[in-house]
Amino acid sequence: MNHSNHVVSTAITPESIADSSLIAPETVAQYALGLGDDALVLAHRLGEWITNAPELEEDVALGNIGLDLLGHARSLLTYAGTAWDKTEDDLAYFRDEPEFRSHQLFEQPNGDFTATIARQLIASVYFAQLYRELSSSADATLAAIAAKAVKEVDYHVDHSAQWLLRLGLGTEYSHQRMQAGLDAVWPFVDELFREDPFAAAAGDAAVDPRTLRPAFEATVPRLIGEAGLEVPTVAPTRGGGRSGVHAEAFGPMLAELQVLARAHPGATW
Amino acid sequence: MTRDEQAVWDVAATVVDPEVPVLTIEDLGVLRRVSIDDTQVTVDITPTYSGCPAIDAMRDDIVSALSAAGYAEVRVRQVLAPAWTTDWMSSEGRAKLEEFGIAPPAPHNSDGSVNLGLGIRCPHCGSLHTRQLSRFGSTSCKALHVCQRCQEPFDYFKAH
Repeated sequence: MNHSNHVVSTAITPESIADSSLIAPETVAQYALGLGDDALVLAHRLGEWITNAPELEEDVALGNIGLDLLGHARSLLTYAGTAWDKTEDDLAYFRDEPEFRSHQLFEQPNGDFTATIARQLIASVYFAQLYRELSSSADATLAAIAAKAVKEVDYHVDHSAQWLLRLGLGTEYSHQRMQAGLDAVWPFVDELFREDPFAAAAGDAAVDPRTLRPAFEATVPRLIGEAGLEVPTVAPTRGGGRSGVHAEAFGPMLAELQVLARAHPGATW
Repeated sequence: MTRDEQAVWDVAATVVDPEVPVLTIEDLGVLRRVSIDDTQVTVDITPTYSGCPAIDAMRDDIVSALSAAGYAEVRVRQVLAPAWTTDWMSSEGRAKLEEFGIAPPAPHNSDGSVNLGLGIRCPHCGSLHTRQLSRFGSTSCKALHVCQRCQEPFDYFKAH
């Protein structure tokens, strides 16, 4: 295309935030980095289901949910990067494992399909409440990203809830598998709702994760009960994702996510 | 809108959604605003879904269309707030979607809920006797349904 025009964007999307004069305050950037990492890591895990899900429609569903999360990650990482003159790609591809802030739940290997559904149910209910609260953030950019995300995440909650009911109330075997899936991921739930120093430092721009727990407790145990399943009684893990302590499976996942960008730095297509 | 802005709008409004080529960005409600500052033209668009890759193509197409129409300096801004909703889709857009074989989105009520009515109408035979095959379809904005009468599968543009 031969024309002299150029695209300049100055509003609130991944491409545009970077070009604008909008710069995230340091504390807000640090907070957004953690949220962006959560979305990026879970998006990558969901992408691993494509061609591997139990049916074609589920490949598409998990791929679509992952695409929404990738959109959130791009907005959040781009905004965080404005504080340090870094792009979304710098942050996604050129940080090492301890520099990531993702919660360990999102890093867990996909495992059985039921474990993915359990993880996704927990994640979606958590994101829905987080983004609902964050849409009244004192930071206008975070508020706009969250207001857009919450509409998408509500749809994700439905998807996981339907599978939970279908598997929990299906056959004796599907019930057992679904219970095992819940048991496998439940130790990682507690970490989502612990005090987060980055959220505390960002003040009114952030949401204190401890305040998200009541909404979670009002939703997920009820759904588990409706599906005829038991809320697992397992000890929580030590956690530490926000301070760079990650699940064993995270390193190999990150290597796969980053290998192409690191082999060909700056490549475009 | 001034006459000059209307002229810019009319050119930008010819750009179509690369995934649903019967819909223009005006029909979709993605085209939000145009403004002219001296020689610079600014077009505001809003993405449908956060991760929708079509927005990049639409943005490039707006620049191309306006360049071809003689505008030298074009700026395309993407705005996230207020968040896009299918309620911004024009009635022409809804009609074109149905004609193309995609069931148009149901409108929201004032309290934000969506009437499902008797069912999603099959865009092929008009039957309301349809069922959802999958809540997720070929793009972020669509779900997959099938008609129980004519047996044809079809896309439903999700109310969002």
